[in-house]
Amino acid sequence: MSIWEYANPKKFITTTERVLPVLWAAAALCIGGGLIWGFFFTGDEVRQGSTVKIIYLHVPAAMLAINTWVMMLVTSLVWLVRRHHVSALAARAAAPVGLVMTLIALATGAIWGQPMWGTWWVWDPRLTSFLILFLFYLGYIALWEAIDDPDTAADLTSFLCLVGSVFALLSRYAVNFWNQGLHQGASIMRAEAVIGTDTQEKVSNIFFYPLLLCIIGFVLLFVALVFYRTGTEIRARRIKALMARERVEA
Amino acid sequence: MMPDLGKYGDTVMSAYVASIVLLVLLVVISVIRGRHVRAEMDKIEKRVMGNG
Repeated sequence: MSIWEYANPKKFITTTERVLPVLWAAAALCIGGGLIWGFFFTGDEVRQGSTVKIIYLHVPAAMLAINTWVMMLVTSLVWLVRRHHVSALAARAAAPVGLVMTLIALATGAIWGQPMWGTWWVWDPRLTSFLILFLFYLGYIALWEAIDDPDTAADLTSFLCLVGSVFALLSRYAVNFWNQGLHQGASIMRAEAVIGTDTQEKVSNIFFYPLLLCIIGFVLLFVALVFYRTGTEIRARRIKALMARERVEA
Repeated sequence: MMPDLGKYGDTVMSAYVASIVLLVLLVVISVIRGRHVRAEMDKIEKRVMGNG
């Protein structure tokens, strides 16, 4: 069994429709459980007070904002190299999900920043690169909508995705490149924390476990949404093909 | 039952409300469009296959 079998639209839809109910339910359970645990059953942090509860939304959304673009980059490359329509449609289906995740990260960051930093917004490297990433998502979605021919649209959006990947990477590593700005460095997914040489401050376990549950929930929700929305894009493409066939026969 | 959020109550609540509204809108809009496209495809498939 090869992964390329799922490049067949019919196979993709039948397989994903089988797993979608489980994915929706697992995502709802993890997000609901993580948010209830974090909101109701964890205390305040010494310096941040109750605003620490915002991490359960901000961190998973920010992670997905970047990783959605990475997923779109991979599927765009598959389209450019192997010309599988499902991969181009998966990238198209994922873009609005990434856009909403970026918006949640920007909004919750601004809401948190106002009492903690004393400002809604600063032109900090990470914040600025996230804003640019948000604009790239908007541009990517607009480009798909602006071009009638689906193959040309897939080609052009794939190239836009390649260019935008620079900003997706910049968003991830901006806090490491520049030792300036207000946004703190990575405090959850750090290589030093994994290999045990970590000396920097990290998130306390009291906050980490509900956060981990929220991250798992957001990832499951992302997968469910991308599967569901890709199915919709495949059907929308089939409608166009059927209507073209009808016009030829008429 | 509601935890004491102290002086940051409005901040925390507005972050939760904004995020949950955006997430729910994303899911609802995706499902509504999915159902609409599926129904339209079934209708067109029947028409085209019936003619062909």
